[in-house]
This record gives sequence, structure tokens and C-alpha cells, in this order.
Amino acid sequence: MIPDTVIVFKNRHLYTEDIASPQPQVYNLIKKYMALLTGTSDFFDETGSITKFTGRFFSHGVKPKYELKEIVAQCYLIGYKSLPLVGLTGFIMGLVLTMQLRPSLVGYGVESQLPVMVGIAIVREIGPVITALIFAGKIGSSIGAELGSMKVTEQIDAMEVSGTNPIKYLVATRVIATTLMLPVLTILGDSISMLGAYIGVNINSVTSLQFFFNQVFHSIGYSDVLPAVIKTVFFGFAVGIIGCYKGFNSSKGTRGVGNSANSAVVLASVLIFVIDLLAVQFTNLLGLN
Amino acid sequence: MEKDVVISIAHVRKSFGEKVILADFNLNIYKEENVVVLGKSGSGKSVLIKCIIGLLKPDSGQIIVLESDVTILSDDDLNEVRSKVGFLFQGNALYDSMTVRENLEFPLRRHWLDISEHEVDTLVKEALENVGLAHTTDMMPEELSGGMLKRVALARTMILKPEIILYDEPTTGLDPVTAREIDQLILNLQKKYHTSSIIISHDMNCVRNIADRVVLLLDGKCYADGTYDSLEHSGDKKINQFFES
Repeated sequence: MIPDTVIVFKNRHLYTEDIASPQPQVYNLIKKYMALLTGTSDFFDETGSITKFTGRFFSHGVKPKYELKEIVAQCYLIGYKSLPLVGLTGFIMGLVLTMQLRPSLVGYGVESQLPVMVGIAIVREIGPVITALIFAGKIGSSIGAELGSMKVTEQIDAMEVSGTNPIKYLVATRVIATTLMLPVLTILGDSISMLGAYIGVNINSVTSLQFFFNQVFHSIGYSDVLPAVIKTVFFGFAVGIIGCYKGFNSSKGTRGVGNSANSAVVLASVLIFVIDLLAVQFTNLLGLN
Repeated sequence: MEKDVVISIAHVRKSFGEKVILADFNLNIYKEENVVVLGKSGSGKSVLIKCIIGLLKPDSGQIIVLESDVTILSDDDLNEVRSKVGFLFQGNALYDSMTVRENLEFPLRRHWLDISEHEVDTLVKEALENVGLAHTTDMMPEELSGGMLKRVALARTMILKPEIILYDEPTTGLDPVTAREIDQLILNLQKKYHTSSIIISHDMNCVRNIADRVVLLLDGKCYADGTYDSLEHSGDKKINQFFES
């Protein structure tokens, strides 16, 4: 009995090899179309999973009893610890923007409008978006890597066994912290950018601090500041939830954790631009532009 | 007189996609009994104990732990059961952002909300003394060796004085001397606190030292169930391959 089985198996194996060889092109073609189809379905799968994960955040994470101590700790780590980076990039951004804009404005003879232009550009668009992108790079990757590492070393399971809901303790605290801290960081970053812009203006001409800020504040209204700050709330939420989602769905191994951190930054950055696009449409509809 | 059943697993089935991991698995664990679950890698041993603690939900079947069916419990009731069941993870799963003390305090403060600072201190001290690591209180997990990490993880598992402990490969990755020490520690703690245990292991020395009963998980089912000696001399080819070394 046993030798027969082996022969039958061998024959089947040979037969499979024989028929497989003349068809590589057909296989490749099918594979190619399947990859295209799979790519599309992966996008919808991912979107569905993120939506489900966000649903879990709202159903578990925002219910009392709140992890206040952990929220404060995360606000410190996420907000306060990001301040030097946001401040430095904001300062350079204001300085460079002023220096880049100056020659064009001089050409049109409206150099005196430099503080107004820089002010509006920073407060309305560049400040919130650049701060959010820096934030996504620093915090999104850090959350993705931290939770990814906790996931693969079973620390999240250990937390659950210890009677702690990981969505409440790990996700909600981080998402609340990113949502609260990014608007604050943006306001601080914008202010430091203005300081950079002031120094930029003074490289080529002498302008008093009072005159510079009078011009800036004269041109900026609530309709510039409020929509810009409100959209950073959504940016912060996106960075937090994507970082946590990627961490929670990390695959095993160092590559898995690395991928979580990397894809958290990429996806959060794309989402920031999508939210920005929606925000500008919305403010246009409301006549705030 | 027959001992009380602390865990009763009946007709449990668990699959991931098309792959069936547990298929009609049945097992009873009695009070103060050490049961070792043997099986090939990927046979579903870890899945089994994760189903018992409620980290995974079986597709069908019943898992009664201390008179509660964990497959249908609410989150709060499940946490109540979990406070009486310890779980030692294969990779220890110590929180690497916390000190040893904070790691031990975590389950205490989470399960026993009204515990006083004095009680926390006493229990942390007792748990670390039990595993001979009283001096590591303020150390970070990264500062500890593999054997010490296992001991701290064991101390964290024991700190709530659970009635049942689930060990996921407690001696994997340890040198033979440290592995024997961990075996002895498990036995000492079992005697001290009268716990029942399920131990997942590939280490036959560990199995011989610890097991009151050995269960062989094969093809998602309980293939064999008996004492170490009875299985070792069973004459069954599938069973013997685990004892040949």
C-alpha cells in the first residue's frame, strides 16, 4: 500500500510540473490583475479597520472612569516634550518664509506688507500644517513603535489580564493627549514663527517689534485664527488614532514594529492634508475665507 | 473523594480563518493540580490558555473557570475572574517603561481599587521575597537577566494570590540550571498558596518535575491524558515522539 501511495504522489507531482511550465505568462497576468484588485480591497479593508478601531475608542475610551493620571502624563510626554522641536522648526519656518518672500514683494514695491503676508500665511496654513506634520513625525511614530512593541511582547495582553482595558488606558489617553496638545503646540509654534519672521524682516531693514506685531495683528482676525486652531484638533486626533491603530495592529518582529512606526507617520501625514483640504472647503462654505 | 473542578473546558473550537486550531477540545482541571499541556509548536497550546483567560474568544464551546463561563461574561465579570487567575507570559510581558515595583503594583491597583499604600508595599515586598529578588524593587526590567525577569514576572503573577495560574512555557530560553530553579519556584509557590496550574511546556525536565498530569494536544483535540509515567510508557507512536530525546 505505502509504495503505491508514493508513486501516485510522484506522478501527481510530475503532472503538476508538466502543466505548470507552459503557462507562466497567463499566471503572471492573473497575478498582476489580482494584485491590482487586492490593492484596492486592502485600501477598503484598512479604512474599515481604522473606522472600527475609532468606534472602539469612542465606545470604550471616552466612557468614565477616566485615566486622568495617565492622560496628564501623556500630555506632558506628547505636548511638553515636543515643544523644543516645534519651537525650533517654527522659528526657522518664520525666518525662511520672510527671507523668501521679501525679494518678490520688493519687486512689486509692497515690501511694507511683508509682516501681513507672513502673518496670514503662518496663522492660516503653514503654521498648523507644518506643526502637525512635525508632530506626526515625532509623536505618530513614537506611539506606533511603543504600542507595536508592547503588542509583540504581549504587554497589552498582560494589561488586559491585569483588569485594564487597553483601549481606555493606552489608546484613549494618547488620543486625548494628541487632540489637546496639538492646538496648544500650534499656537506656541505660530508665536515663535512670528518671532522668526520679525528677525527675518530685520535682516534687511530696521523695524520695531511693536510696529511689526501691530501690522501682523491688524491683518489677522478671529476668522483666521479659529478655523486654523479648530482644524489642528482634528489633526491631533488623526495623529493619535492612527499611531495607536498601527501599534495595535503591528505584526511580530523588529520589521513589524518598524513598519508600524513608519506607516503611522505616512498615513497620519496624508490624513493631515485630507483634513486640511476638507477644512478649507468647509470654511469657504461658511464664508470665513 | 474527588477534588473540585476549577476549570472545565467542554467542546471548545477555535479557528483563525480556515485554519482550525482547537477542534472539540475537552479538559477538566482539579483543585491544587498541576497539568502540563504538551503539543507541537503551533498546535494551539497558547491559544488554549488565552481562551481560558478570555484574551481570545472560542468559536464555540464552554470554558468554566471557578464556576463562571468566561466565554459569555461581561467585561467587569471577566475582570473579576481574572483577579483569581494568574498568567505567566512566555516572554514575561513586563512593562518596560515601569520599574519592578510599578510592574508588581499594576495588577494590585487595577484589580483591588481600594487597596491602601501600606498593603501595596507589604504585598510587593512579599512577592519579591518569594522569588528571592527583594533587592530589585527599583530596577528597570532592562537591567535584569533572563532568569530574574522570569522571577519578577512570576512574582507579578502571584501577587494577587490567584487560585489558578496559567504558565506559557515558563522555562523556554533559560539555561538548565535557571530552568530547574524556576521549576522549583513554581512548585514551592504552588505548595504555599495551594494553586491549580496549567503549564504549557516543551521542556521534558520541567514536565517531569512539575506535572501531576500530562495532556497531549494533537490536531486540536486532547489526544492523551495521564501521568508522566503512563504517557512515557504508553507505546503510542504519536505520544512517544515527545518523550524521545
